[in-house]
Amino acid sequence: MITIKDLGFAYGEKPVLKNITMNLQEGRIYGLLGENGVGKTTLLTLLCGLKKPMAGSIETDGHKPFDRDPSFLSDQYYLSDEVAAINLKAIDYAETFGKFWDGFDMNKFTEVMEVLENDPQQKMNHMSFGQLKKTYIAFALACNTKYLFMDEPTNGLDIPSKAQFRKAVTKYTREDSVILISTHQVRDLENIIDPIIILDRQDVLLNATLEEISEKLYFDYTTDKVDGALYSEMIPGGNIQVSLNNSGTESKVNIEALFNTVHQHKELIKGIFNK
Amino acid sequence: MEFNSNKSIYLQICDAICEQILSCELIPDERIPSVREYGAEIGVNPNTIMRSYEKLTADGIIYNKRGIGYFICPEAHKTVLEAQRKEFMENEVPAIRRRMELLGLDASIFGV
Repeated sequence: MITIKDLGFAYGEKPVLKNITMNLQEGRIYGLLGENGVGKTTLLTLLCGLKKPMAGSIETDGHKPFDRDPSFLSDQYYLSDEVAAINLKAIDYAETFGKFWDGFDMNKFTEVMEVLENDPQQKMNHMSFGQLKKTYIAFALACNTKYLFMDEPTNGLDIPSKAQFRKAVTKYTREDSVILISTHQVRDLENIIDPIIILDRQDVLLNATLEEISEKLYFDYTTDKVDGALYSEMIPGGNIQVSLNNSGTESKVNIEALFNTVHQHKELIKGIFNK
Repeated sequence: MEFNSNKSIYLQICDAICEQILSCELIPDERIPSVREYGAEIGVNPNTIMRSYEKLTADGIIYNKRGIGYFICPEAHKTVLEAQRKEFMENEVPAIRRRMELLGLDASIFGV
């Protein structure tokens, strides 16, 4: 488990994260959402020990990430949004750098490369951005770590790879893993990310499972106008309307509509979910 | 797997399994994929599949053999059939009736 308590971070005079408190549990694939510049990447780099908290603390199974204890580092992987085009064949990169992770599995690397239709014999600096990204995704999954942090992993992926990525995230990760994926492409990761964390400027607006969300909010997809809807958006064939769930009926959570609802009713939403 | 727009995903997964039981694609005591296998197959979070399996277990449609997996109950076909007939009579028939009235149609369209 990762325990984040009163976490704060600033770039010079500019505060980014303030008083962030939350727990990340095993066996979950968290989706980290938030507008540009709210500190998603900063949070990920703090969690993996690339940055040092300026206030508060992060504790991962008793380790402070910034201590960078090798045994801790070997059980986590951070896939950055920007990936390096190294002058090596993908397979050689995996063989050389996989050694840093105790659980690294070469067969898994080649299997995921194949699933994503990527050639492991190709040199990484000759790859397109998408191919390079797929190589790093295969590498990240092959590390078999308990903690996996991914920053916008579906950026640059072609259409078939997005579906393969959704399947691979379930198939090739450990059952006890804590996975945190930051994304703006919520449709790419729909049905995969659960719980949903919505980060705002210096605040966590929401950290809830889809089950909790559908208990408290109702997503209506009809042409009828819902009285007292918190959010309404026209879509082809009707409206998505989000209202408080008074009937107890569960509906399908639409993450984009959820995000917009939460942003328009910050205090109300925090109030409902913190009960 | 294609999901429709408004029903909770875990319920849609239950429906898909019930459909397969009705069409006898899944037969009594047949093992169904594990939570993680099924999640990977259809690209859905394993916790969602777990909820579907919990509901199907509570409804007496599948059962869990500890450490081995989930299996179709011997009486599953009958259970699903009864539940879906009830659901059809209570929800779909009135909706069809309303629609027929609106369109000025009577039972003769069924050719019986």
